[in-house]
Amino acid sequence: MSAATLVRTRPQWTRFATPAVSVYVALVLLLVVGSVLVGARGGMLLDQGGILNILTRSTALGLVAIGQTMVILTGKLDLSVAYLIGLCSLIGAETMAGDPGMILPAVLLTLACAAGVGLVNGLVVTKLKVNAFIATLGMALIIRGYLENAYTGPAGEVPRVFQHLGYDRIGPVPISALLMLALAALAWWFLTRTRGGYHLYAVGGDEEVARFSGIRTDRVVVLAHVLCSVAAGLAGLFLASRLGSGAPWVGTDAGYDLESIAAVVLGGTLLAGGRGGVAGTIGGVLILATLDTTFDDLGVTPFFKDVVRGAVLIAAVALYARRRGLR
Amino acid sequence: MSVTGLTDEAPVVRLRGIGKQFVGNPVLRDVDLDLYAGEVHALVGENGAGKSTLMKILAGVHQPDSGVIEVDGREMSFASPRAAQAAGISIVHQEFNLLGDRSVAENIYLGREPVRRGQVDRKRMEADTAGLLDWLGERGISPRTLVRRLPVAQQQVVEIVKALSTDARVLAMDEPTAALADHEVELLYDLVRRLRERGIAILYVSHRLREVFDLSQRITVLKDGELVTCRPTRELTSDQLVRHMVGRPLEALFPDRADPEAPGEVQLALRGAGNERVHDIDLELRAGEIVGLAGLQGAGRSAVARAISGVQPFTEGTVELGGAAVRIRSPRTAVRRGVAYVTEDRKGEGLALRQSVRDNALLVRRAAFGRRSLGRLDLAALLRSVTVLARSEDQEVRRLSGGNQQKVVLAKWLAVEPKVLVVDEPTRGIDVGAKQTVYELLRGLAREGVAILMISSELPELIGMSDRVIVMHDGRIAGALPAGPSEEAVMALATGHELEAA
Repeated sequence: MSAATLVRTRPQWTRFATPAVSVYVALVLLLVVGSVLVGARGGMLLDQGGILNILTRSTALGLVAIGQTMVILTGKLDLSVAYLIGLCSLIGAETMAGDPGMILPAVLLTLACAAGVGLVNGLVVTKLKVNAFIATLGMALIIRGYLENAYTGPAGEVPRVFQHLGYDRIGPVPISALLMLALAALAWWFLTRTRGGYHLYAVGGDEEVARFSGIRTDRVVVLAHVLCSVAAGLAGLFLASRLGSGAPWVGTDAGYDLESIAAVVLGGTLLAGGRGGVAGTIGGVLILATLDTTFDDLGVTPFFKDVVRGAVLIAAVALYARRRGLR
Repeated sequence: MSVTGLTDEAPVVRLRGIGKQFVGNPVLRDVDLDLYAGEVHALVGENGAGKSTLMKILAGVHQPDSGVIEVDGREMSFASPRAAQAAGISIVHQEFNLLGDRSVAENIYLGREPVRRGQVDRKRMEADTAGLLDWLGERGISPRTLVRRLPVAQQQVVEIVKALSTDARVLAMDEPTAALADHEVELLYDLVRRLRERGIAILYVSHRLREVFDLSQRITVLKDGELVTCRPTRELTSDQLVRHMVGRPLEALFPDRADPEAPGEVQLALRGAGNERVHDIDLELRAGEIVGLAGLQGAGRSAVARAISGVQPFTEGTVELGGAAVRIRSPRTAVRRGVAYVTEDRKGEGLALRQSVRDNALLVRRAAFGRRSLGRLDLAALLRSVTVLARSEDQEVRRLSGGNQQKVVLAKWLAVEPKVLVVDEPTRGIDVGAKQTVYELLRGLAREGVAILMISSELPELIGMSDRVIVMHDGRIAGALPAGPSEEAVMALATGHELEAA
C-alpha cells in the first residue's frame, strides 16, 4: 500500500539536467568566467581571433572525439587514433604530392586505409576476444613502429586548393569547423534515429542482453571501430591541410588518443558504454578548447593548464557518477 | 476458466514423450506436458530434475532428441528461439534482460525496432508499447521512461511485455519472483492473473511452493528427468508436493532440534539495544541453539542482523559477546569478535561473483585476520563439509547454482570459526535438496556450539528449524515463542494482533 509512496520521486528539473545539457551550461559559465578574467587583463576572449582559435582547436579533436564516442558507447576504447592520425596525414599528403587532381583519390585512399585499421581493431576485439584497451594499444605500437622506421619528419605535399579547406572561413567561423559539426550532426542522427545506433547503445549497455535480443553484437563493435578510425582519418586529412604536408607525430604531439577520450567522458558518455552521445562530446571538446584559449590569453604556464584540465575532468565525472547514484 | 473445463478444449501446446541427452547423460525421459490457454501450469522439481531443460526445449533453445511438440495441434520443431517466438512461445528470464539506460519502448523492441524511411519509427514503437501496457492494465509505466528509473517489480513488467511483444500466447517464466522483494511479489501475482484472464498460457517454474499454490491451476512434478505426476493444484497439499519432489515429507527436511535440557552459555546478549530502525531489543543467544527471528517485511529483522554485524550498528543499549560488553562499530570489529553474517542478497553482498570458489571462501578470513592465519585452515575439508559442488576451487562462483553459491557463502563465514552466526534468508531461491543441506549444516554448527540467529520469510522453515522463535513488529520485539509454535501464533504477534488485544 505504501510501496508506491516509497519510490523516491525526483524533482522535475533534474529530468533535464542530463550530462549533455550540463556540459553546455558549464561551457557557457566557462566562457563568462574566461571573458571576465581575460577582460580584467585588458584582453577579450571572444573576439574574432578568440572564436577562431577555439573553433580551430576544436576541429581536429572534435573529429577524433566523434569517432571515439562511437567506440566508447559500445564499452570499448581506441588508443590507436593518435598514431593513425599521423599515418593518415602522410598517406593523404604523399598521394596528393601537390597535384590538385589527386585530391579525391588521396582522400579515398586515406579513408580506406583508416577503415582497414578500424576493421582490424574491431576483428581483434571481437573475434580474438582481446580487450579493446590492449588491442588498440597494440595497433598504436604497430603504427608507431612503421612511422619511426619510414619517416624522420614531414613528408608529402598538399596542393594549395586543399589547404583552403584548413584555412577558409566565414567571418570567424572556419569552414572545417562547420564540416566537423556537420559530421557530428550526422553521427547524432545515426545514434539516435537508426537501428545501427540503437544497437550500439544496446551493446554498450549489456552485450549479453543485446545478443539475447537477436543483435549481432560483433558486427556492431566492428562497425564502431571502423567509424572511429575513419573519423581519425578525417582528422589526419584536416591536419595535413593545415600543415601543408603530412607529419608522423601530428596526432601524438597533441595527444589526441587520451584527449579524445577525455572529451568524450567530459561530455557525459559513460566509459563503460551504453549511455551518452555526440552532443555531449562536442560540448566536452569545446570546453577543452575554451580552457586552452583562455589560458593562452592569460599567459598561464602549460603545467598549470594541465593541472586545471585534469581537475575539471575528474570533477565532471565525479559529478555525473553522483547524479547517476541519486538516479 | 475452470480447471475442469480445461479438458474440453485442445491445449495450445502439447509436448509428448520429450527426451533429451547431454553428452550421453539423459536429462529428460519421456516427459509429457500440456499447456492450455488461460492456465498457469507450475513446473516444479529439485535442481537437476530437468525443469529448465524442458523449458528451453519449449522455447527453442534446445532441440529434443525424441518426442514431438505440437502447437494448436500441428507438429512443430523449433530450430531456434526465434522459431519458437514465431509460433507464439516466449520466455521470461530469471535475470532481467533489460538495458537500464534505454527507455521502456527501446527495451521492448530491442533488436526488432520498426523502421520507416531508414529511421527507427519511434512513434510507432512507443504507441505499440503503450498499447501492450494498456492491454495488460499497466497504466503507471510510460514507454519513454528509462528502465533503471523503474522499481524492480515494474522492470519485470517490462520484461514480460517484451516477451509478449512477439505476439506470444505461451509464456515460460523462470523463477519470476527471484529478484523481487516481498511486497513486490503481490504485484506479480496480480499481473500473472491478468495474463491468464487474457488467455495467455503460462509455464511457471519456481522453487517457492507458496507461489505455486497461490497461482497455478495444475502442477507438473519432475524428478531426475522423469515425469512424477501432473495434477490439478487443488488436489495437492504442500506436504504431498514435497514428497513428490524429494520423495520424503516436509518435516523430514528439518533436522532434530537441540536438546532443550542443555542450553550452552550466553554468547550474544542485547540489552535495550536500538538505532534509528529498531528499538529496545532484548535478546539472548546461547551456544548450541538456533533462534528464529520472525516478522513481516520491514519489521526490522534484517536491521537487527545488520546492527549485530556492525553494518548499521546499534546506537543505544548494550551488546555483550561471550559475557563481555563490546561496541561493534563496523563489520570488521564484528568479524574479529566472532560474529558472522550471511546476508539476504547473496549475489550483491555475499559473493564476488567473478572470483573463484577459493577466493570467495577465504575472503573474510584474509580480510579480517590476515594471510598468516590461512596456514591453519584446511580449505578442501571446509568446502567438503558444506558440500559445495564445483568443478574445482578455481571455478568462478557465478557459474555455480544458487544452492552451491550459498554453500560458498557459508564456507566463507565458517572459515573464521564464528561463535555467533546470523543468517538472513539462507535458502532463498535454492532448490529443496540444497535447502535440506543448508538446514543440516546449520544444525550441525549449532551442535558444535555456534549460536545461530536465523531470519526467514518462509514460516514453515523458520518454525521447523528454530529452538525458539522471536517475533518482531514495527521495529520492536513483539514476543517470544517456544519451539514449534503454530504459524497462527507467529503471525498474530507479527501483525501486532496480540499487542493491541493486551
